[in-house]
Amino acid sequence: MVDIAECPDIERQALAINPAKTCQPIGAVYAALGIHGCMPHSHGSQGCASYLRMHLSRHFREPIITTTSSFTEGQVVFGGSGNLKMALKNLIHIYKPEVVGVHTTCSAETIGDDVPGIVEEMRRAGELPEDVKVFCASTPSYVGSHITGFANMVKAAVDAFAENGEAAEAVNVLPGFVSPSDAREIKRILKIMGTEVVVLPDVSGVIDAPMTGELKLYQEGGTKIEEIERMGASKATIALGREAGNAAGMALATNFQVPLEVLPVPIGIDNVDALLMRLSAVMGKPIPKELEEERGRLVDMMLDAHAHWYGKKVAIFGDPDVTEALTGFCVSMGMEPEHVLTGTRSKDWKAAVTMIAPKATVVDDSDLFMLHRLIKRNPVDLLIGNSYGKYIARSEGIPLIRVGFPITDRANLQHFPVVGYAGTAWLVERIGNTLLDWKEDRTPDYLVELIQ
Amino acid sequence: MSMNERSAVLSDRRRQIYKKDTADRDADIVCDVNSVAGAMSQRGCVYNGARVVLNPITDAVHLVHGAIGCAAYTCDIRGSLSSGPETYRYSFSTDMREKDVIFGGEEKLYQALRGLIEEHRPPAVFAYSTCIVGVIGDDLRAVCKRVEEETGTIVVPVQSEGFKGNKADGYHAACDALLEIIGRSDRGADSPRAINLLGEFNLAGELWVIKNYLAELGIEVVATLTGDARVAEIMQAHTAGLNAVQCAGSMTYLAKKMQKKYGIPFVKVSFFGLDDTEEALIKIAGFFDEPALVKRAWKLCRERRAAVDRELDLYRDVLKGKRAAVYMGGAFKTLSLIKAFRDLGMEVVVAGSQTGKSEDYEEIRAEAMDGAVIIDDAGVLELVELIGEQEVDILVGGVKERPIAYKSGIGFCDFNHERKRFFSGFEGLLNFAREVHATVNSPVWAAYRKITTADRRPAIADKECRFERGDGR
Repeated sequence: MVDIAECPDIERQALAINPAKTCQPIGAVYAALGIHGCMPHSHGSQGCASYLRMHLSRHFREPIITTTSSFTEGQVVFGGSGNLKMALKNLIHIYKPEVVGVHTTCSAETIGDDVPGIVEEMRRAGELPEDVKVFCASTPSYVGSHITGFANMVKAAVDAFAENGEAAEAVNVLPGFVSPSDAREIKRILKIMGTEVVVLPDVSGVIDAPMTGELKLYQEGGTKIEEIERMGASKATIALGREAGNAAGMALATNFQVPLEVLPVPIGIDNVDALLMRLSAVMGKPIPKELEEERGRLVDMMLDAHAHWYGKKVAIFGDPDVTEALTGFCVSMGMEPEHVLTGTRSKDWKAAVTMIAPKATVVDDSDLFMLHRLIKRNPVDLLIGNSYGKYIARSEGIPLIRVGFPITDRANLQHFPVVGYAGTAWLVERIGNTLLDWKEDRTPDYLVELIQ
Repeated sequence: MSMNERSAVLSDRRRQIYKKDTADRDADIVCDVNSVAGAMSQRGCVYNGARVVLNPITDAVHLVHGAIGCAAYTCDIRGSLSSGPETYRYSFSTDMREKDVIFGGEEKLYQALRGLIEEHRPPAVFAYSTCIVGVIGDDLRAVCKRVEEETGTIVVPVQSEGFKGNKADGYHAACDALLEIIGRSDRGADSPRAINLLGEFNLAGELWVIKNYLAELGIEVVATLTGDARVAEIMQAHTAGLNAVQCAGSMTYLAKKMQKKYGIPFVKVSFFGLDDTEEALIKIAGFFDEPALVKRAWKLCRERRAAVDRELDLYRDVLKGKRAAVYMGGAFKTLSLIKAFRDLGMEVVVAGSQTGKSEDYEEIRAEAMDGAVIIDDAGVLELVELIGEQEVDILVGGVKERPIAYKSGIGFCDFNHERKRFFSGFEGLLNFAREVHATVNSPVWAAYRKITTADRRPAIADKECRFERGDGR
């Protein structure tokens, strides 16, 4: 049993135990994968690229492409410029991408490689084919988290490609660090709304591309560069999640005067409503009946199940935007969030979550060791988070609802959205019936009932 | 496309791919070099290599000095089981921030070590350095020494800056770290028949299978490096009479050092496959110069073989003629797989490794069938191409290879950290055969074949004419 003995509180300034976050580069890779025909490139040691691909592969159960500058001691002493140049030439030659999204690592940042400068130098010297776009993000692993890296890469794409243009009717949507199925669900809702839209990044159709019998490096999905170019002329930008979307949204607002609206991740009735109402206002269109009916069915499901949710204590951990939305959803079902924790540092998140769940212990920039201690002190009935929560769930004897990144111990979950009315409905079913299963598994025979 | 005309492969890479046929007998495979910049290598870094070797030491604290990622990506990924302590499953990191990078991380490392030792009281701490530590130049060794002197707890620096080489260099760093612990205490009673098992990581409980055999023969295991190991056992490893080295890629270096320092001879063994397991047990038993012991070992092998052989025949029937690709971290595993597949009536037609040395590839070349492709440090495209070209039915590899196999429409078996059933010993081959059968002959491929426009695998007639060059078929 993986348990943590009760131990006195020791202020741990210098140590993280069982991280609730990972480093910027993996977010950068994930964001870059959401651009059509893009090869993410990791400017660092070969181990970085290997770990990023492995981690993403474990979660998505899909092949993940990323090339590496393969640093050796020479680059650390003399700079990584030579390796970056060779890497770009090689990878463009072999893997034939349309776009290369270069991100940095802790070593590259500390050596002080001027990555955009090196790329520019190659461009000027005619060492890069005209038709291959290259954009770069600075993503030092020792700043922020994977969410920061994701935000930086999305912003880098906007900075590199968005253009001024004739005012268009389109709306930019920045879905944040969510599953391909979530991106797909958001697009479905927007389509029903009749909104012309640019979704950046769009990992649907890339990481959940259907089986065709052929292994392709680049799938049909992903935001096209022409679409990103048009983002500067869009009518509005809606960032779904502050931490992952704000940076790119702000860039569009500052450089192209595209009004930015930051909304929560559309999990739970209120958050989905907020998105639809905002879209409706921006487009000057009513919300179609089809979506109202979906909403009605969801409300029906919530009512059918609400009784056994009421008063249940829950701990939620994971990425800031998603945990914030999940907290609101749990409150709306009558649960009592007891602890909400993220590994990413964010005062805004802390303030927002505290507003949603004033009684909860809300901790940012922390780890799962801390979460376990909090739960030992104030026990909960349910834990919501990624696979790393399983040890806490096991030792405390509570169920774990797997939502977030990474989920390494259950297959297929990334194919089920948690956003929109449909995604929320899935959560209602999953959480409610898990609570019932859990109770029933521990019920003596004479108390088992057919009807629940 | 022949290997020589291959367009998608970098020219520098060509010498890392070798096709075994009559024309090429004398060509050498180039290996043990760093991946080409810009390549999508499947291979890890120095830290990666060091961490996988040391992580199974169950009661030690493994502290990663660096940015958070290096600890996050290695949090309980090894799949090596413990019969007791679970400390090794925790992921400890100094979680370096910008200010640590600017002002140096030594103080933070010191604080982290002191805090950890106070809080968890481990018998030893392994402190790993990562890329960033190498770049800013923290003196890991000095900090570890200071903490060890102050607290009396063993604190071992693992010099594993990622950029200092590849995964194989990480194995060396891990072995160097182990050498700092070995010899720190003596055993009370000296058993006349005591060995160490090197390069056995107790994935899915494999060590326990091997230990049961040895116990039956009356052979004591002083320390396993590093599956289900305790620090106290490792400290006594120098008292063993023999080192049996299983994962040669990671541990031959340590065996050689121990031979030099403590005069302990070593034998290379493999406990995978019927023949290899038998050979390993006889080799170990034979070392002790007791005819009765060897006789007992033969008897054990005979009985265990007989116990699984009949069921294995069932699998041999349904696996006969299937073709496998093997892409492993270490080359020695690749070699064992070639033999085990042959025992199941299958052939390995692609054999590769991330960290093989030229002598390993020499052995693989000798063992592999004609027409097999031998590859060092394969990339994704190369693997995909070879799967098609060599008409492979199953890929054996690690986490990154699994989706490549499925997307290519072939079965997959994890022979790496994520194996879920033990493959070691006689019974282990049965588990392996079951797993190979379950993926190669699964009815799900019917669904797959329905959606693909054409079966990627050529028809039988085509197959025969492809192999006219004489591959013994």
